Amino acid sequence: MRNGHAVPSSPPIDDGPALRVERVAKRFETVEGAFVAVDEVSFSVRAGEFLAVIGPSGCGKSTLFNIIGGLLGEYDGRVCVGSTVISGPHPSIGMVFQEESTFPWRNVEDNVAFPLEIGGVPKAERLGRARHFIELVGLSGFERTYPAELSGGMRQRVAIARTLVAEPRILLMDEPFAALDEQTRLLLGDKVLQIQQALAQTTLLITHNITEAVQLADRVLVMTYRPGRIKRIVDIDLPRPRSSDVVGSDAFGRYVAAIWSDLREEASRGIRDDESARRHTAAARHHP
Amino acid sequence: MRRRARLGVAAAIVGASTLAIVLLVLEVLIRASIINPFIVPPPSAVAAAIPRIVAEENLAHRFWQTTQEAIFASILVTTVGIACGVALQRFRRLRLATETWVAALAAAPIVLMYPLFLVIFGRSATTIVMIGFVAGLPPVVLKTLEGLQGTRAVLVRVGRSFRLTQGQLFRKILLPAALPTIFVGLRLGLIFALINIVGVEFLINFGGLGQLINELAERYDLPGTYAAILFVVLVSVLFFVLAERVERWLRPA
Repeated sequence: MRNGHAVPSSPPIDDGPALRVERVAKRFETVEGAFVAVDEVSFSVRAGEFLAVIGPSGCGKSTLFNIIGGLLGEYDGRVCVGSTVISGPHPSIGMVFQEESTFPWRNVEDNVAFPLEIGGVPKAERLGRARHFIELVGLSGFERTYPAELSGGMRQRVAIARTLVAEPRILLMDEPFAALDEQTRLLLGDKVLQIQQALAQTTLLITHNITEAVQLADRVLVMTYRPGRIKRIVDIDLPRPRSSDVVGSDAFGRYVAAIWSDLREEASRGIRDDESARRHTAAARHHP
Repeated sequence: MRRRARLGVAAAIVGASTLAIVLLVLEVLIRASIINPFIVPPPSAVAAAIPRIVAEENLAHRFWQTTQEAIFASILVTTVGIACGVALQRFRRLRLATETWVAALAAAPIVLMYPLFLVIFGRSATTIVMIGFVAGLPPVVLKTLEGLQGTRAVLVRVGRSFRLTQGQLFRKILLPAALPTIFVGLRLGLIFALINIVGVEFLINFGGLGQLINELAERYDLPGTYAAILFVVLVSVLFFVLAERVERWLRPA
């Protein structure tokens, strides 16, 4: 359902998956020895699909985000956009980060126009395109405002608009609402649903929040705790277009419960690990 | 907003009246000879000396000489200081090797090295500018380095995700992110430079306001000396305001 002034982005021609992650694994060497952060992870994201990856802290979600975004190298397996294997940040993948990432020295429209400025788009054109996306994320009227005067949720919408303005085939988000309160998070989820629908935007969301994953995604990929493997893929058959109203439905509750029963074991394993590591350090400090 | 404006006006009134009261008390204490008038001249005498030194001591020319030296020193401090800071950030080994020395230089009383500068540059404006430059350099180098290193990692990652070149990353992200910290260094550096410029003018009895202060002090013209010092403060205020303007122009947020 594209609206009147939809962006001039060409829809993907091939019907194959927009993004393929093939047997990706990553180990880190630390002072305490090597550990496997992500192990044998394979999945694909269809064009126009909204996929959420969920897992407990320490399951390698962020590692996966950085690998797909091309910010982290030296891993096993491969990541393909369409038919090309990525090596480094790929123009078809737009990233939205967990941390506050707007440029405080640029006003909203210059923040959003940033990727176009880098791409050498003339000023008048890039500001026009930036304004379209500012409107899309619901920030019309704030074009000349600086981030310091915006709320956390508004700043995150600026960051999302800045990523979308480059018209990436795949939108990759790492816990973009983690720093926000629950109500803002639900409302911002609505905004993301609207945008995703308007642009038919292929989206990959990394999150630890179950309701967020069920509210937004077509499929939820549940990961295990260390090493991060895929435990299960849950199809979310909730009707679209969706909004945050869906959180009241019985089906929503059942999905949340099902995913929690998968996650609970992993999360408690993670917490056990973390606590025993802390006990170890504490013991070493008090009885050297 | 309106409330804040009113608060600003109130603060300005309190500030100005505090100054007026201090001067008044000083005046009374000096006239009552509680403070020796031959050591501290009364504020009214200092005020009266201003038109005198303007008319008799070629003040405008001296003021301009000192300002000119300060401008040259500022240009050197800014360009060389920022360039050095960038180099220290880029090259880790250079940074580890020299950072402590730069910090030590910041604490060194550079002005006492004036005989060395006299030997190299002669008794000239160059000597004065060079001492001002060396004195003002360390804070700019250190604050540039601090600002660049303090850039939030996520902003750099945003830049990388948009596939910026190294040059673009520096110009579009690192430099603007570091700018407020760099300006802290610049303001300190410019003030250090000015203090040293006037100090050396005084010591080698050459050039602008420093030389005037030296001469007036030797003549034991204390009201004149203090009046001349007021003009040094004026130069410093001028540079401070200029730096602030430039910063706001470069980084409006």
